[in-house]
Order: sequence, then C-alpha cells, then structure tokens
Amino acid sequence: MAAVTNSWATKGGPGVVAIAFWALLALLPFGERFVAEGSFDYYLFMGQAMLINAIAILGLNLLIGFNGQISLGHSAFFAVGAYTAAILMNFAGWPYWATLPIAAIVCFVAGYLFGFPALKLEGHYLALATFTLAIAVPQLLKYKPIGKWTGGVGGLLLDKPEAPEWTGLGQDQFLYYLCLIVSILSFWAVRNLLRGRGGRAMMAIRDHAMAAGTMGIDTARYKTVTFGISAGITGISGALSAITVAFVAPDSFTLQLAVSFLVGLVVGGIASLPGCLIGGAFIVLIQNSSQSISDWMKSTFSLRYDVPAWAIYGVLLIALMYFMPRGIMGGIEAVFQRLTTRRERQP
Amino acid sequence: MKLTRRSVLAGASIAILSGRAHAAGKYSPGASDTEIKIGQTMPYSGNASAYGVAGRNQAAYFRMLNETQGGINGRKINFISLDDGYSPPKTVELTRQLVERDQVLIDFYPLGTQCNTAIQKYLNQKKVPQLFVASGASKWGKPKEFPWTIGWQPDYHTEGVIYAKHLKANVKDPKIAILRQNDDMGNDYLDGFYEGLGEDGKKLIVADATYEVTDPTVDSQILQLRNSGANTFFNVTTPKFAAQAIKKVAEIGWKPNHYLVAVAASLGAVIRPAGFDNAQGIITSQFLKDVTDPRWDNDEDVKVWRKFMADWNPTANVMEGSNVSSYVVIKGLEHVLRKCGDDLTRENIMRQAASIKDLELPLMLPGIKVNTSPTNFYPINQLRMAKLEGEHWVVFGETMSRDAV
Amino acid sequence: MDFFVQQLVAGLTSGAIYACVALGLVMIFVSTDHINFAQGEMAMFATYLAWAMINAGFEYWIAFGLTILISFAGGLFIQRVILKPLETAPVLSLVVCFIALLSIFNALAGMIWSYTIKQFPTPFPARDLFGNGLVSVQQIGIVGVTLLMLGILTVFFRYTTLGLAMRAAAQNATSARMMGIRVSWMLALGWGLAAAIGAVAGMLVAPIVFLDPNMMTGILVYGFAGALVGGIGNPLGAVVGGFIVGVLENLVGSYIIGNELKLTFALAIVIGVLLIKPAGLFGRVVVRRV
Repeated sequence: MAAVTNSWATKGGPGVVAIAFWALLALLPFGERFVAEGSFDYYLFMGQAMLINAIAILGLNLLIGFNGQISLGHSAFFAVGAYTAAILMNFAGWPYWATLPIAAIVCFVAGYLFGFPALKLEGHYLALATFTLAIAVPQLLKYKPIGKWTGGVGGLLLDKPEAPEWTGLGQDQFLYYLCLIVSILSFWAVRNLLRGRGGRAMMAIRDHAMAAGTMGIDTARYKTVTFGISAGITGISGALSAITVAFVAPDSFTLQLAVSFLVGLVVGGIASLPGCLIGGAFIVLIQNSSQSISDWMKSTFSLRYDVPAWAIYGVLLIALMYFMPRGIMGGIEAVFQRLTTRRERQP
Repeated sequence: MKLTRRSVLAGASIAILSGRAHAAGKYSPGASDTEIKIGQTMPYSGNASAYGVAGRNQAAYFRMLNETQGGINGRKINFISLDDGYSPPKTVELTRQLVERDQVLIDFYPLGTQCNTAIQKYLNQKKVPQLFVASGASKWGKPKEFPWTIGWQPDYHTEGVIYAKHLKANVKDPKIAILRQNDDMGNDYLDGFYEGLGEDGKKLIVADATYEVTDPTVDSQILQLRNSGANTFFNVTTPKFAAQAIKKVAEIGWKPNHYLVAVAASLGAVIRPAGFDNAQGIITSQFLKDVTDPRWDNDEDVKVWRKFMADWNPTANVMEGSNVSSYVVIKGLEHVLRKCGDDLTRENIMRQAASIKDLELPLMLPGIKVNTSPTNFYPINQLRMAKLEGEHWVVFGETMSRDAV
Repeated sequence: MDFFVQQLVAGLTSGAIYACVALGLVMIFVSTDHINFAQGEMAMFATYLAWAMINAGFEYWIAFGLTILISFAGGLFIQRVILKPLETAPVLSLVVCFIALLSIFNALAGMIWSYTIKQFPTPFPARDLFGNGLVSVQQIGIVGVTLLMLGILTVFFRYTTLGLAMRAAAQNATSARMMGIRVSWMLALGWGLAAAIGAVAGMLVAPIVFLDPNMMTGILVYGFAGALVGGIGNPLGAVVGGFIVGVLENLVGSYIIGNELKLTFALAIVIGVLLIKPAGLFGRVVVRRV
C-alpha cells in the first residue's frame, strides 16, 4: 500500500487533476441556479462541514498514514481549536480570521507536548492514551474553575461572521470560501511537507523506525513534531467549525467525533491526500443516507418497526470494507493499476 | 385498525367541509391547502437515546391524525423527525436541512438544552418558530430577545425552588446531600434549589457529588453522600442513574428524606426497575397524571390515551413517562394549529402560541393550566407535589407555580 | 474506616466487571492480535437475550447457560462469516468493522427492546455478608465469578490440548499450521470464547447498572484500560488490571480529586504506569528481531 500512495505523494503526481478539482470546488457556489430555491445555502453549509472534516482527517492522516502513530483522540485537538477560537472571539473580541493561526499554534503545542509520552507507547497502548485524551477533554471543559472562560456545560454562543461587503457574497457562500481557502492552504502545505526531507523522514520512521534511526534520522524529534503538526491542522478545522456552527459545547466533542474521524480516514484511504476529502464528505453524507435508506425500507416493505439508521450505517461500513479494504482511494488505485497493467500486456 | 365504510365517508366529508373553509388561506413556507410540514430533531441514538421515545410517539400521533381525521383543519401533517444524536453541531446541520431544504413551517419540540441553544439564534434570524422546546432550562421564555422561541414544561429552576421550600417547611434540622448530573440540567436544578433555600441555604448542604453520563454506576457517589451524615437527599439524575441511586440508597440502609426530580420520576422507567419497596416515601413534583395509577382507570382522557397507544404505538412501553408528556405537548400544538385556522403563517402561529388562556389539556393534573401571553413564554409553570405510596404517586398540597414561589 | 472499606469493596465490585470485559478483550487479543471495540455491545446484546428468555419463563440458570452457548455460537459466526474475508485487510479497516459491529448491535438492541432501562435479576441473595452493611453477598458473588472464570481460563490454556493449540496458533501461526493445528478455526474459537465471557460479564453487570443498550459503552473504556495496564496478552494481568482500575477510580473520586475528573485522573494514572512499564504490569516485553 505504502508504495502505491507514496509514489503519488512524492513524485510529480497528478497536479493538474488536483488543481482542476479544487477549481471545481471553488465554482460550486455558482451552481445556485440549478437547485430549488432557498435550499442552496443548506448545501453550502454541508459543504463547509465536509471541508472541515476533511481538514481534520488530513491532520489525522499525517499522523497515522504517514508517520505510523495511531490516535483515537483527535476530537480533543478539534475541541481545543474550537474553544480557542470561541474564547478569543467572545472575550477578547478578536476577528474570526485571526483566531485560526492561534488555534493552530495552541494545538501544535498541545500535540507536541503529548507527543513525548506517546514516544514510549506503541500500537494499542498509544491508542489507549489518545482515547483518554478524547474522554478527558470534554470533562475538563466542564470543569468549574475554568467555567468562566469555557462557558461550562452550557457552552459558548458566537456571532457568525458576515461576508465583507466588497465581496458581494452571502454569508454561507463566504464561509464556504473561507473553508475552501483554508483547506487548499492546508492540503498544499501538507503536500509540500511530504515531498520534502521531513516528509521522507516521517515515512521512513513509519516503515521502519529502527532503520530510520540508524540512517541518522532523529526519530523522537520527528515523531513529536509530527504529532504537533497533526494536532495543529486538526485544531484549525476545530476553529473553523466553531466559526461556522457559531456554538461550542462539551457535548459537541465526544468520543463519537474521534471515532468518526477515524472512520472517515479509513474509508477515504489511509496515507492518501484525496482520501481525506472523500472521508470528510463521507462522514457528512453517510448519516443522512442511512436515514433515507431506513425510511425507504420502511415504506417499501411496510415494516412495523423503523430499521435503525445506525444499523444500516454499520452494514454499509462492513460492505465497504469488504469491497475496498484499503478505503475508497485504495480501491480506485487498485482499479487504475489493473487497467494500466492490462493495457501494457496487450501491445 | 379496521377502516369501516362509515369512517372513510366521515373522513371524506370532513375533508370536503374543511376544504371549502380554507379556500383563502394565508401561508408561510411549509403550509398549504393540503399539508402542514413540521420538523423536529431528536436523539434517537447516542447517550440520550432513551428520550427518542417522544419523537416516535409523536410520529404515531400524527399518523393517527392523518388517517382518522385527515390531519388538522383538513391539512395532512407531514412530520419530519431527524436523529441528531444529542450533538449540537449535528442539530444545527439538521435544523438547516429542515428549514432550508425541507421547508418546514415550524420546528416543534426539538430536544436537548445544548442542542436548542445551538439553533436558537438561527431560528430567530430565519423567523421560524422554535415551538415548545423540549428542555427544562429556564432560558426559553425570553420573548424580547428571542420572539420565535417558546418553552413548554415547568423549568428545572422553578422545580428546584419548590423542593427547597417544601424541605425547609417540613424537614427539621436539614443536612442535605445532592447527587447531580454534571450538565446544564444539574446546574439549573442546583441554582433553583439554592434560591429556594435562601440566604443561609448553602450551609445546609453537606455534600454535593456529580456524575457523568458515561459513568457505569453512581455507587461510589452514594457512599460518599451517606458518609457525609446527611438526612436529606436531593436526587438530580436522569432515569438510569435515578434507578441506580434509589436502589443503592436502599441497599446500604440509608433512609434520608428523598427528593427526586420530575425528569426521573417515571414509574415505569425508574421506580419499577429500582423496586417499589426501595422507593417508598420519595417526593417529587408533577404536572401530568400518572397513567399507570388505577385511580385514573375511569378517567376519559386516560382511556383515550390508552386506546391511542394500543392502536397506533403498540410496541411502546406505556410505563415510559415520555409517552405521556409527548402526547400532551402535541395536544398543545394541535390547539395552536386549530386556532390558527387558515392563517398558517409563522407570525400567526407565534401569536396564537403566545395567547393561550387557562387551557386544560388531557392528562394534565387537575388544577394545572396552560397560560401564555406576549410577555409570558412559559406555557406550563405549575406543579404539584407527589409522594410515592405503594405503587403510585399520590398528589398532595396546593398547586405551586413560578409566581407563587 | 467503614467508608474506606465500603469504597474499596465498591471499587472491587466494579473492578470485577471491568475485569470480565478485559478478559474478553484479552481472549480476542491473544487469539487474533486485535482489540475488539464491539466487545461491550456484544455482551449487552447477549444480556438482552438472557433477559428475553427469563421473561419468557426460563429459570435463571437455564437462561444463563443458554445465553453463554448462544453467545459462543454468535462469536464463532461473526469471525467465520464477517471477519474471515477480511483476514488480509489492514488493521485499521478491521477496527472500522468493529466500530460498525458496535453500532449495529447497539441500534438493533434499541429497536427490539427500546431504550428504556430494564431490571435484570441477580442470582445472589440481597443481604449483607456480615450484617454490618459493609459487604453484600452480591459484591462477593461478582468478584467470585470473575476469579472463577480466570481459573477456568488458566486451566484451559495451560493444561488442555485445545488451549495449548490456541496459544500456539496465536504465537506462531506458520509453525502451528505445520503441526497440524487448524489456525483459522482457532481464531474463531477465540472469538467464541470472548463472546461467551462477555455474556457472563453482561449478566453480572446488568443487575447493578440496569439493562439498556448503552449499558456497556462506559464500561468498555475501563475494561480497555484494565486490560492494558495488566498487559494485554495475559488473562491474570487483565483481571488484576481491572481490579486496579475499579479501586483506583473509586478512591481517587472519594479522596483526591472529586467525582468530576475521576475518570480522567484514573486513566492518567494508568498511562503513567504504562510509561514506566510499557508492556503492562504482567506483560512480557516482546523482543523483536531485526
């Protein structure tokens, strides 16, 4: 697997495809005329959610896919990013855009520091440690002594930023572009990181830590810094989520969120950048589609019970893992490879 | 449900009559001559999934209305209830779906304090009624700030005050221990309780233990509370933990004056699993009839309710309190919509919802009335104290209200 | 002093439950090298089956035995039918499958039996052991059953051919296969046993926490921590780990930090232990050859 995806990340790769794809995403807000009146803003809102999830998964992917460290606790960094933005906007009166870099820095530091104990732990033990983080952060947010800042169990309500007048955009259009620009910057930065010396070192550590060490790579430093960068990227997405949802509360950052990031990562494809986008979209779409399938089953077979949407979700996930055990991008690449080799065989 | 020829004809004639009546209707998005679209978010999954009972029961009720009476005022109800898993960002997403894509007329009985907080600003900006919020927080009745949000049930704060008043009047030399869920419900009750205890109230509280919804048990907390030497126990929990607490208190032989919040006072979902023997003498407050009490066996409303449950929601547990409360609030909605007549604009719905006078709904205790005005957005703010005797709640004392306490 | 003893006993009781869950996790880990996130939900589902049987008029112990058998068969079925085709898939894809199983079991239980809590009978009499309100028969019973299970498992793995074969299959699949052990079936057996252990855990815990579809979600976290702190490959370690976590959680909550952060604090201690002993208290450090 690594060989396939690494070739994409390190070589020239389909840069044209990527640019075309991002351009397409940028044109989406002009599709308003094709959609029933009034609901377009909702689709843009869903688009924002997808992009935000994609950035969070990108952060997670850097850690799991490219550095081989597991985390079940990225919801914690997402929460820290969201609260950083919320607190700065609410108490210090900062403009929304200025909170993004701060959220990234705060989360980088948190992740970097967490990277040190993580050095000692591997596999399942690291999974537990990060799991703890995911459980601890919502409890800490509710903790009385800091309740003045976090809003305690009630959370913090924010003002949604309006689009600047010169843009002539609606609020949701504007926020969509905000998410899109941040996504492009994050993906671009990660792509460059992976192609440089640092990225190669990260992947070498994933593939064989000891060999990497003997080649002179400071594995401890790279692992902690990677943890920091990963947390920082996820923190940015958390801040974006606080801005677009305009509300943060401890209940928003449960273990389920961490699990959904992991599911999105695996479904999209581990160690694949386009996979992050697919995973982000998947998280948002799957629940609604499970619900529709459930409704459809109920009306078609005139059932007495509702078929629970989450059971359908589970079945869909297992089916997906059957057909594409390496995620959707892994599946696409496998098909692509088979096609190209077949062509080579018939000269 | 057998459809006889007569009932079909009756239904048809109603439809024709009302069809004539609403020829000149005024509508907001989501309403038309034939349909009223109602949206809702509910936790059907996740930690709070026990509350999902309410949404299912309401779906059954609307189905009944549509099939037996052709809806309300000749318009079928299209009820869209979505699962938000009790997660505020998901609530925002789904509410936007309801308002913008599905174009519902109102957001009815959305559940959860944090979830409702997350959508309150949005719904008020969009001028979509957030009608009869399913949360006991005291913040839903602020018509000046949020003219499109209106609460429903008596709020936790008031309830907390009522227990404190009762306690001060009846318990000699109280030493109070509190068990509460570490969330906004727990906080609201606590604030009200403090207010009711008055100036030196804080001194009376000798122990205050919290738990998280993810905790497996509250055994450890109960031991801590008993150990504090308290003689009074204020039990601010949700159903599962209430049952655990009641059972554990009995097991360790602690016999405090036990106050249990209304949220967790369901006979079927809490008291029966915890054991009636363990729960004797517990005090709570109510505004609804205890439908499992044989005292109400001949009550017309209770009979109608039982028949409805048997015919339209047969798989539900009739001991579950949510099946009653969700039924009563839907009666409230029905009242508002009927009052609106053919003017189904969002403005008119809020106007009607804010001008209810002494309305008595089925299954509410005698003496409890729904009252609203343009400045009073707390539809039900009366409660009656009740005590567990045998296998039933026995109501006692005067009707207590927000203004009285 | 009484208070301390009570908290200790309460901690041991919850610890016993965590230990049962941890044992199930260890079973699957020993035989397949995976951590089964659906372990808790499988136990919960089995407990509902027992509840349904008891409600249908079965004797408690008959329902108890039948549930264990059904769970065993169910565990086998899950491994053979759902997981076997994924034997070559990456670990994280399997994790996603476990998460999928978790949501399926949870949602199905909610659909069939609703989310209202249910009372589950206990086989132990409701009285004190010494008549002073410190230790109840139920608490001792739960701890006893856990230790009994540990004993049975230890004997099984040490002294029976089947148990030895299972360990061999897990430690070195290739050699085991050459010795004529059907490795793939050993994996399935591990799942079956884990499901059966889970069922016992569920039936022990249900009388205390009440039966509902989310009954095991909180407990799984503790079981996970218990299994790891003891050393994930070792049944004795899992049980000791479970007890440690249970007692720690109660004492920390009562004496040190209060209830609000007790889970966080207890888990932080567990991680602290792991930093000093990365393979867990009873785990053997695996020496890897390069």
